[in-house]
Amino acid sequence: MNYNIDKKGYYGNFGGAFIPEMLYPNVTELKKNYLKIISEKDFQKEFNDLLEKYVGRPTPLYFAKRLSKKYNAKIYLKREDLCHTGAHKINNTIGQILLAKKLGKNRIIAETGAGQHGVATATVCALMGIECIVYMGELDIKRQAPNVARMKMLGAKVIAAKSGSKTLKDATNEAIRDWINNPVDTHYIIGSVVGPHPYPDMVARFQSVISEEIKTQLKETEGRDYPDYLIACVGGGSNAAGLYYHYLNDFRVRIIAVEAAGKGIDSGESAATSALGKEGIIHGSKTLLMQTIDGQITEPYSISAGLDYPGVGPLHAHLYRSKRAEFISIPDQEAMDWGLTLSQMEGIIPAIETAHAFAILESKQFKPNDILIFNCSGRGDKDLETFINYFKL
Amino acid sequence: MKNRIDGAFKKEKKLLSIYFSAGHPNLNDTSYIIKKLELSKVDMIEIGLPFSDPIADGPTIQKSSSKALKNGMSTEILFKQIENIRKEIKIPLIVMGYLNPIMQYGIKKFCKKCEIVGIDGLIIPDLPVDVYNDEYKFLFEKHGLYNMFLITPQTSPERIRFIDKVSKGFIYMVSSASVTGAKSDFNKKQIDYFSRIKSMKLKTPVIVGFGISNFKTFKTATKYTNGAIIGSAFINYIEKNGIQKINNFIKDILNE
Ligand SMILES: Cc1ncc(COP(=O)(O)O)c(C=O)c1O
Repeated sequence: MNYNIDKKGYYGNFGGAFIPEMLYPNVTELKKNYLKIISEKDFQKEFNDLLEKYVGRPTPLYFAKRLSKKYNAKIYLKREDLCHTGAHKINNTIGQILLAKKLGKNRIIAETGAGQHGVATATVCALMGIECIVYMGELDIKRQAPNVARMKMLGAKVIAAKSGSKTLKDATNEAIRDWINNPVDTHYIIGSVVGPHPYPDMVARFQSVISEEIKTQLKETEGRDYPDYLIACVGGGSNAAGLYYHYLNDFRVRIIAVEAAGKGIDSGESAATSALGKEGIIHGSKTLLMQTIDGQITEPYSISAGLDYPGVGPLHAHLYRSKRAEFISIPDQEAMDWGLTLSQMEGIIPAIETAHAFAILESKQFKPNDILIFNCSGRGDKDLETFINYFKL
Repeated sequence: MKNRIDGAFKKEKKLLSIYFSAGHPNLNDTSYIIKKLELSKVDMIEIGLPFSDPIADGPTIQKSSSKALKNGMSTEILFKQIENIRKEIKIPLIVMGYLNPIMQYGIKKFCKKCEIVGIDGLIIPDLPVDVYNDEYKFLFEKHGLYNMFLITPQTSPERIRFIDKVSKGFIYMVSSASVTGAKSDFNKKQIDYFSRIKSMKLKTPVIVGFGISNFKTFKTATKYTNGAIIGSAFINYIEKNGIQKINNFIKDILNE
């Protein structure tokens, strides 16, 4: 089994480009050009320069001593939370803004859930002097207020998505409609490994710097360049795709994907797509998604805005179906508790999304010599208000 | 059996097609609306199978779809409604819906059911032409269904020729780079695009949709095409005036 994208834009049964004809020229333009552009020398140079000098890469691979001792395994954290703007999201937006420039686009649109992708997009647009419009669900605007303020400071226009559950799915719908209405001058910077081909592959490639760095970093500390386990939270799946990328076809490495169970898988308020989803089409991609028997997309729920999505990228659907990855879902409460645990054991306040990944340590058994790498996808600054209200801090 | 869509284009006059969301304003209005439309001399009807996330639609159809779903609309109910009314209706009935609900129903079962209840064709905006040709065409043809494709101002001439070649029934010409929604007039760029398409002399009839809202836009657009489709403006009208006065809306469009 191979986990790379195939020629038609599929991972196994999943992926493709199920888009209305209005988007055909835009998506075809991207499909025809993305591989060529990102392999060009000057693109690579500019991308790597910015990752180093602007984003602050490589991010540390940090050995978490106290966690390792308590859970009796070798636990490493890939510190994406130390990236400029506070999450892995900027790896992708740097790549896509350079690509957009090469394609001659002068207007950028994006969707955002937690606001991390919105901030990362607004940031690179400010860097390049390009107009930026970010769609964000009305509910998310309320629960991630600091990120809304940051986007505005960076000069972006934030537009509220008011349909459906008023979260990430609806913001994505609005961004797609904007792109339909502005097909010539606009590039849509999708924030995860979702959407029509070539987006899932393109975003995964830009995020693959995470596992590329791990290869050298782990070799230095452990004398081998692969871990036993890779663990990441999955909303759309971009931080996870970046963490897994160079190990997808290395079967010595076990892969764990952590989804948000919300108030519990059977509660009707959940975002655990692998457990609750069926094959279908969302945002132009054939993948697993939460839906009614009639094929209406279900409104998801998670306390973390970044995981509050009823689908999952097609790569992850394939990892799940083929059993390459183990999928575990974590309820709100355990994730919130892990926000505190990680803060007080390692001095790292994680994003609520990120905290979901760590919570698997409570139930999953490891051997003392197992090397575990957690993707510490983002920092918790944006979630302070949620933490304050939850723990009455 | 011959497809009713072909028959609709045999008439001299410009074809008027109306789109509405099934199950809106009320769940069981579907049959009444269809009957009224035929009585008002509408030539073809597009019945929207509502979807929770209609990415190609503007605010009006988003709202009518979501209202229809709240009213309890489902694929099964739509088939029942159409089956009950079909015997009384002569004009072509087309179902317009997104791919996901159709996939969940089961594409084979869906096509079979369409044939049984008397649906003539489908418009599925997020089903790409190549996927249709590879995976769906055989089934559609087996059940006598036409699948109509869209073209837009951005569609290249080569692709338009390709779509013309594989099309049956008609080509749905989207009037501007936009989601659905009523507009009061066309600009010069749109008119240039309409005449560019007209001058291509496609083998398949062309009808224009998106932004047609009144006598003026209908008249202008159909100078260049075989007909036009009105959606959002019609939905706005029945929301405001109820479904009893549908014939007044149609009269105004046709300026009778
Ligand atoms: C810190 C952080 N982690 C994870 C995610 C989830 O997205 P993805 O699954 O694409 O990494 C988000 C999304 O906003 C995020 O902000």
